[in-house]
Amino acid sequence: MPQITYREAIRHALAEELDRDHNVVVMGEEVAQFNGAYKVTEGLLAKYGPKRIVDTPISEAGFIGMGIGASMLGVRPVMELMFWSFYSVAFDQILNNAANVRYMSGGQINCPIVIRGPANGGTNVGATHSHTPENVLANHPGVKVVVPSTAYDAKGLLKSAIRDNDPVFFLENTILYGEKGEVPESEYLIPLGKADVKREGKDITIVTYGRSVLHSLAAAERLAQEHKISVEVVDLRSIRPLDIDTVLLSVAKTHRVLIVEEQKPFASVGSQLAYMIQREAFDELDGPIHRLATIDAPAIYSPPVEIEQLPNPQRVVAAVLQALA
Amino acid sequence: MSKKPTATSLTKDAEGASDPARHRRAPINAQLSTEERIELFRIMVRIRRFEERSLRAYQAKKIGGFLHLYIGQEAVAVGCCSLMGKNDHVITAYRDHGHAIAVGMDTKPLMAELYGKVTGCSKGKGGSMHYFDPSRNYWGGHGIVGGQIPLGTGLAYAVKYKGLKGAAMAFMGDGAVNQGAVHEAYNLAALWDLPVIFVVENNGYSMGTSQARSSAGDLARRADGYHMAWGTCDGHDVYEVRSVMNEFLQRAREQSKPAVVEIKTYRYRGHSVADPDKTYRDKSEIEEYQRTKDPINVFRSILIGDQVLTEAAAELIDTEARNEADIAANFAEASPFPTAEDIQKDVYWEIDHPEQRTSQGRLFFT
Repeated sequence: MPQITYREAIRHALAEELDRDHNVVVMGEEVAQFNGAYKVTEGLLAKYGPKRIVDTPISEAGFIGMGIGASMLGVRPVMELMFWSFYSVAFDQILNNAANVRYMSGGQINCPIVIRGPANGGTNVGATHSHTPENVLANHPGVKVVVPSTAYDAKGLLKSAIRDNDPVFFLENTILYGEKGEVPESEYLIPLGKADVKREGKDITIVTYGRSVLHSLAAAERLAQEHKISVEVVDLRSIRPLDIDTVLLSVAKTHRVLIVEEQKPFASVGSQLAYMIQREAFDELDGPIHRLATIDAPAIYSPPVEIEQLPNPQRVVAAVLQALA
Repeated sequence: MSKKPTATSLTKDAEGASDPARHRRAPINAQLSTEERIELFRIMVRIRRFEERSLRAYQAKKIGGFLHLYIGQEAVAVGCCSLMGKNDHVITAYRDHGHAIAVGMDTKPLMAELYGKVTGCSKGKGGSMHYFDPSRNYWGGHGIVGGQIPLGTGLAYAVKYKGLKGAAMAFMGDGAVNQGAVHEAYNLAALWDLPVIFVVENNGYSMGTSQARSSAGDLARRADGYHMAWGTCDGHDVYEVRSVMNEFLQRAREQSKPAVVEIKTYRYRGHSVADPDKTYRDKSEIEEYQRTKDPINVFRSILIGDQVLTEAAAELIDTEARNEADIAANFAEASPFPTAEDIQKDVYWEIDHPEQRTSQGRLFFT
């Protein structure tokens, strides 16, 4: 199987869906002529032309809202946010309009849009550009939230997202764009809401998603070698819909849980997971549910310290040892 | 690369005197049949009587939340929506009852929606501010000031993308023109030549704050900053609304050009019916408008003067409209509320179409 980057995987998903459905339009800041702020959309303008690949002004409330309106009439915009952090200036469009219009119209209208872009810290760009809003987004019934960790997942999930008739928010990661992984050349889809056990183990379950999957896998390897601890890593891949069943199966196997997330702790995705695990698998637990999150402060700029603020393999190792102590 | 100004003969000075006779003679009005003229009158009366009936229901505590009445502004929605063709679309803010009736929605589900009943046009899930009927190209009914304007721009984008000859009318109040989303939409529409008419229904007050206290400069003229055509007109004369809007709509459909049209109008009731309405304007101001510019009385006088309508026929239309409003209220009263099970329907397309669901996992949480 060919190895391609996460970036290329997303690009291939876009191209395949642009080929498949004439109503798919890619729009966002610098997606066309500039070839993408992160080169995700490189070459798409040349292949599909300016009607399908559309550069927008720096005007998130305007163009995101416009895309939502167009989707009500059957266009399927895939809109790039250069940073998901900029969702705040389009908050009303994303979470009042896209999330609510189906409900408020009694089911008469749907919004088949995808909003995608990176949502991560770790690049020393300070607090304004380092938000991870998956918990905020997923708090709104009516939307779907996907956070892929690998090239394979990114491609299969994005294709499903584009075909979905509900609004899907697709959170990527600038640090993962260059990560390579095996991706088949033949077409495939990954359903939203299906978690993936990225590593099997028996002593503890790490429930995680996004870049924290990579940290957890690195930590699991060290824990196996240095501490003879067998870690199972469950990658949620999708936050809403949520595959809690795969999580519960793993808990029933290991009886110990650590949640690892690049989230501020208060009311995070992990908070919801911990609630659900204790509610639905209380008798399976041999100890309290542990969580490793981002250290609770705005994202610090200082490059070496930001690494410590976020989950990283060392912190995951320490958290596992603490959970099993 | 900057674009040249799209100066147009349509651009009119905001202070320009209106000429009712000229608008009556405009081809779009001259071509109207007797029946069509009477129908315009009938829709305005039906809106008025529907809303008066809804106000009584509100006072009787049959209706929750807000009730933003359109009374006094009827000629705007009726004039604009009477120009709609197959590929034309309408979106508006929370003062949305008039537009809903003007596009042809049945008043029974509209009233039932106010009552929060399952027979409501949004199954009791939207309420007064959230009427929708996509089958009539009516896209709401939106609660956040100015938030619907990017959506309306998107409707125009979709019309253009699909290669259709149509236009979107994105209505807002005078209070919305200071919202950032509105200006972002103006920029996109002008930048990309989208067929959207931004209709500013200027009733003089953004809630309780007068235009003079909230907006710098002329409202429509702000279009100049985007090299967009603009115009103004008086909104108490349905012929004038039709004549002015028709020019901009034709231009949008044929040339895919946006515009801002500010329509001067007036509301008789408070911002919402819960609004005390006495802190920011004199009763005499309302009475003066009602006496001289009431859109229904003005049009009734024109039609009677033109021998299109008799006093008796006008009275009959009024009686029928009152009866229709009562029938709608009775329908609403007799209808059931949604059930607790209905709360989680119409949230996700996939949940409502389980046989076509492709995702897995939980979409709802406890």
